[in-house]
Amino acid sequence: MVAVTERPLKPIERRRRSWDRRLQWVATHALGLALAIGFTMPVVFVLLTAVMADDQAMTASLWPAEWHFENFVEVFDKVPLLDYLVNSLTYSLLATLGILLSAIPAAYALAKLRFRGQNLFFMMTVAAMMLPPQVVVVPLYDLWVRLGLTGSLVPLIVPYFLFDAFSVFLLRQFFLTIPRDYLEAAKIDGCSEFGALVKVLVPMAKPGIAATAMFCFLFTWNDYFGPLLYTGENRDGWPLSLALASFRGMHHVEWNLTMAATALIMAPVIVLFAFAQKSFVRGITFTGVKG
Amino acid sequence: MTATLGRAVAPPPAPPARRRPAGRGRRRWTALAFLAPALIGFLVFFGYPLIATVYYSFTRYDLVNAPEWIGFGNYVRMFTTEPLAGTAAWNTLWLVVVLTVTRVLFALGVASVIARLKRGVGLIRTLCYLPALAPPAAATLAFVFLFNPEFGPVNRFLRLLGIDGGLWFNDPAMSKPALTLLVLWGSGELMIIILAALLDVPQEQYEAAELDGAGPLRRFWHVTLPTISPVLLFGVVNSIIFALQFFTQAVVASGVASGSSDVAGNTKYIGAPQNSTLTYPVWLYVQGFRYFNMGYAAAMAVLLFVVSFSFTWILVRQLRKASAVEGGA
Repeated sequence: MVAVTERPLKPIERRRRSWDRRLQWVATHALGLALAIGFTMPVVFVLLTAVMADDQAMTASLWPAEWHFENFVEVFDKVPLLDYLVNSLTYSLLATLGILLSAIPAAYALAKLRFRGQNLFFMMTVAAMMLPPQVVVVPLYDLWVRLGLTGSLVPLIVPYFLFDAFSVFLLRQFFLTIPRDYLEAAKIDGCSEFGALVKVLVPMAKPGIAATAMFCFLFTWNDYFGPLLYTGENRDGWPLSLALASFRGMHHVEWNLTMAATALIMAPVIVLFAFAQKSFVRGITFTGVKG
Repeated sequence: MTATLGRAVAPPPAPPARRRPAGRGRRRWTALAFLAPALIGFLVFFGYPLIATVYYSFTRYDLVNAPEWIGFGNYVRMFTTEPLAGTAAWNTLWLVVVLTVTRVLFALGVASVIARLKRGVGLIRTLCYLPALAPPAAATLAFVFLFNPEFGPVNRFLRLLGIDGGLWFNDPAMSKPALTLLVLWGSGELMIIILAALLDVPQEQYEAAELDGAGPLRRFWHVTLPTISPVLLFGVVNSIIFALQFFTQAVVASGVASGSSDVAGNTKYIGAPQNSTLTYPVWLYVQGFRYFNMGYAAAMAVLLFVVSFSFTWILVRQLRKASAVEGGA
């Protein structure tokens, strides 16, 4: 851009500058729009293919010749999608309940109490959060085999009732933003430490807790490695993510049904996001290095 | 209040003979009570398995017979006789380099565009972010379809432009780039973190720089970059860790593209085409949980731990600096 000087601009210069700005405005907005379309296109093609006839999905055509909305229903006939849905919901909802019970007190201790080893525990949490799950999986698998619990969702759910590094980290970041004074006031009024947590902090940190719960739901809903490891051989225990990956194989060429199933598993997540966009964005920003 | 609080050796709460503010020892026990489940969880699900993994890595263990001590056997085998471990390590290294660089630059690019928008910001931001929510298995399935060499929309579009689209997920040279595109499509979280940092850069600094005659590039270099560099570092480390554990997309893409009949149970197609998508965690999974070479898988895990821990360390140190700035919040 042109260097700005103190001298008042001549009318002709002012007009050129305003044209520059307008051009720039149009260019950035066109680029932004193009990006948004680019990001959306894959989903549009998935949806269009999902309602195509079987044989049309195998051609290079992009627009459905006939609209077969019944494909979405047919998916349920081909595979026990409802059973898989129940498994997914069991895993996601119980895990989310688990982190609410275990991560809130831990995050409270890390954010609002003072004790020796606090920093160490926080660092351990961050390290655990960044560790690839494959690092610790051999002895854990061994452990669950000994307990006779592989083939079920138990090995996936139980850990959440004790410790989830990401949730503890995220909640701590949220709790830090709540002034300590409120807690001190509650304690002066005779509240116990636990009372202060339940009666003061939790109500004030509701948006943060909601964001953490949603991230946990999302992670477990999308999880593939965990279920593959622990329920792999037992089809009855599969959540949607695993079932979906095998779906195409079971029905070789039915791309239309495969895309219908793909759309169905994406849908709940998008609905969830539509309802809670703000919390999501806040949560993501908090996972950055701002805290 | 400072760290002295923790130093009190905690006797059970003293009888109220002498009045002390709230009882320091008791506070320590309170903290412990709040942390107890998390501590147990940490020890059971991270502490113990980390140590046990190191032990198993020196053994031959098939889950049925007792572990048999073989010293460095697994490590020697990994580095010398077993060629696929090298292939897997190479594929993961490829992803670490290419994914990290492209993901951070791409997220930065998109975030910069969104940051300059005046109208429709909310909608455009949402549409760019949404793919990040798609379940990886579903997103991979969709991409394998979109990039189908015969009837996929991508190649059809390229044909319109007169370009001969490739075989993508069916070509060993194109499969990793195709996976990279899939990851870029879903990099919305990093975008939002960077976008938040960009919007936090004080506007006055831009104006001052503009008055000094700095062009857009110089302003980016001297104003934007220094301010958002902690976030970019976070993005780099985060992307490296992400690439090191790259699993779902690789397994699903190789299985579906090669027409496997059962993704969960079939190792025949893993890594297809020609082991080009056989990442390090995938090979660890196959060795440990398909072939039941648990000792070998543990040795691979130890190496993965050393590498990922080094990167995590950088981030933890950075975080410590950040929280030191924030002080005793």
